[in-house]
Amino acid sequence: MSEIKITVNVDGYLAVNKYSVDEENAHIELVDDPDTAEFLKLVRVCPAGLYKVDEDGTKHFDYSGCLECGTCRIACGDTIIAKWRYPEPTMGVQYRYG
Amino acid sequence: MEERDFDAIVVGSGCAGPIAALELARAGKSVLVVERGDSAGSKNMTGGRIYTHSLRKVFDEETLATAPLERRVVHEKIMMMTSDSEFAIDFGSDEMRTENDSWTVLRGPFDQWLADQAEEAGAEYVCGIPVEELIKDESGAVIGIRAGEDEITANVVILCDGVNSLLTEQAVGYKRPSPKSIAVGIKQTFALPEKVISDRCLVTSDDEGVAMLMVGDATKGEFGGGFMYTNKDTISLGIVGGIDAVSKSDYPIYQMMEELKAHPTIAAYIKDGELVEHSGHMVSEGGYNIMPNLVGDGVLVAGDAAMMCINFGYMVRGMDYAIAAGQMAGQAAVKALDAEDTSAAGLACYKSMLENSFVMKDFRSYASEPEFLEGFDRMFKEYPEMIRNIMNNMFIIDGSPNMHIKQAVMPEVKKIGFRKLFKDMRGAMKAL
Repeated sequence: MSEIKITVNVDGYLAVNKYSVDEENAHIELVDDPDTAEFLKLVRVCPAGLYKVDEDGTKHFDYSGCLECGTCRIACGDTIIAKWRYPEPTMGVQYRYG
Repeated sequence: MEERDFDAIVVGSGCAGPIAALELARAGKSVLVVERGDSAGSKNMTGGRIYTHSLRKVFDEETLATAPLERRVVHEKIMMMTSDSEFAIDFGSDEMRTENDSWTVLRGPFDQWLADQAEEAGAEYVCGIPVEELIKDESGAVIGIRAGEDEITANVVILCDGVNSLLTEQAVGYKRPSPKSIAVGIKQTFALPEKVISDRCLVTSDDEGVAMLMVGDATKGEFGGGFMYTNKDTISLGIVGGIDAVSKSDYPIYQMMEELKAHPTIAAYIKDGELVEHSGHMVSEGGYNIMPNLVGDGVLVAGDAAMMCINFGYMVRGMDYAIAAGQMAGQAAVKALDAEDTSAAGLACYKSMLENSFVMKDFRSYASEPEFLEGFDRMFKEYPEMIRNIMNNMFIIDGSPNMHIKQAVMPEVKKIGFRKLFKDMRGAMKAL
């Protein structure tokens, strides 16, 4: 993880976006115990920075800030992404500018 | 023809969808547009800029004047960037102020306007519901959609559901494209007073602005580039990077973005701007070779869902292809409905219309270009550095005897090697 350079806090940026978060249903799910190399790809490519590895190496993923772009589905659809659907009706991000 | 709920259903209200629906409605067909966003545009994002030529084939001057276009692009900037320098080409021309112009856009308001035009022409709209799957008959022909609890049938379904379409596999057997052929885009939108943006663009009108692409340090040397488009009272700044390339980089895409914002020339554009949105979207980079079948029994595919986007290196086009393809899909559907044959054979005129137009002509003639750009490593690191060194040699005066241009240039070119430079130039001329 040390080779990946991250100083920015993307969560702070996502806070300006408009979302209706579906607390009930995760529209993206990972496999159990995802492969670390594959997970690190998602750390790098997700434009919302939703895939994180903390200092003790624990992996975190929170779909609530998802921009619904599908990048993780393309990068790891064959490996650690177990499910990728669009959010339920009226849920998810709502771009006001786009 | 079978009795169905609608003559046609369009999935997705971006650029292609509403235009297809509008063509059908204008021809008196019943058409339903199903959009997963609460309103059209609320799930969409672009860099971005639209070349207006294809809009002009759909709308008259008076109608087009009501479109929420942001600023007309009157300066094209291409910037080669290292972390400590930038070298820019800045082109302006009166031709940019003709009907062959291009305008910056924001997809929230723009897509809503397109949807309004389709609705006014008679298309029906349902928003806020993603289409989960297509309904097929025993023969495998598409006969409708399933969205939430509802099943709705039609004689033709037109898929315009974007680059991340989850339906093209079911519709036309399209397999998920590889991470080498798709890029990830990240964008931040900054609000600034109109007048301030005009001043920073060095334009005298608040209707005119700049389009800029950055190559090199914007993506930390990886395949991709930065972009900046000046809107009315916002600036769109972002990065597009190959998914495969970024997935191996030391810098996540959002970290690239952060460092781009700190680059002195970029920082000057967005200074004091208020961040109003952070967005992400995929960009199809694979061109012709990753396009799905565009026609199936009862179904057509248009726009980003058909991977209709080309990165030319010095510009990126997608929306004008989508508008044109949407129009042709709508017209082809009308023809097939009139002939009472919406099988793949009946709908095949869509393909021939595309083939005879700039759309497929471009995709065919640039088919080898994605592969070239992806292998053009030196463009993203060594050439920007070479240019910086040459320019430093020429413009930095330290009191020693002045260098002739030959002395400033040749040693730097030799570092890369004439053969490599020649090979790259030839390759670029051939592919681009």
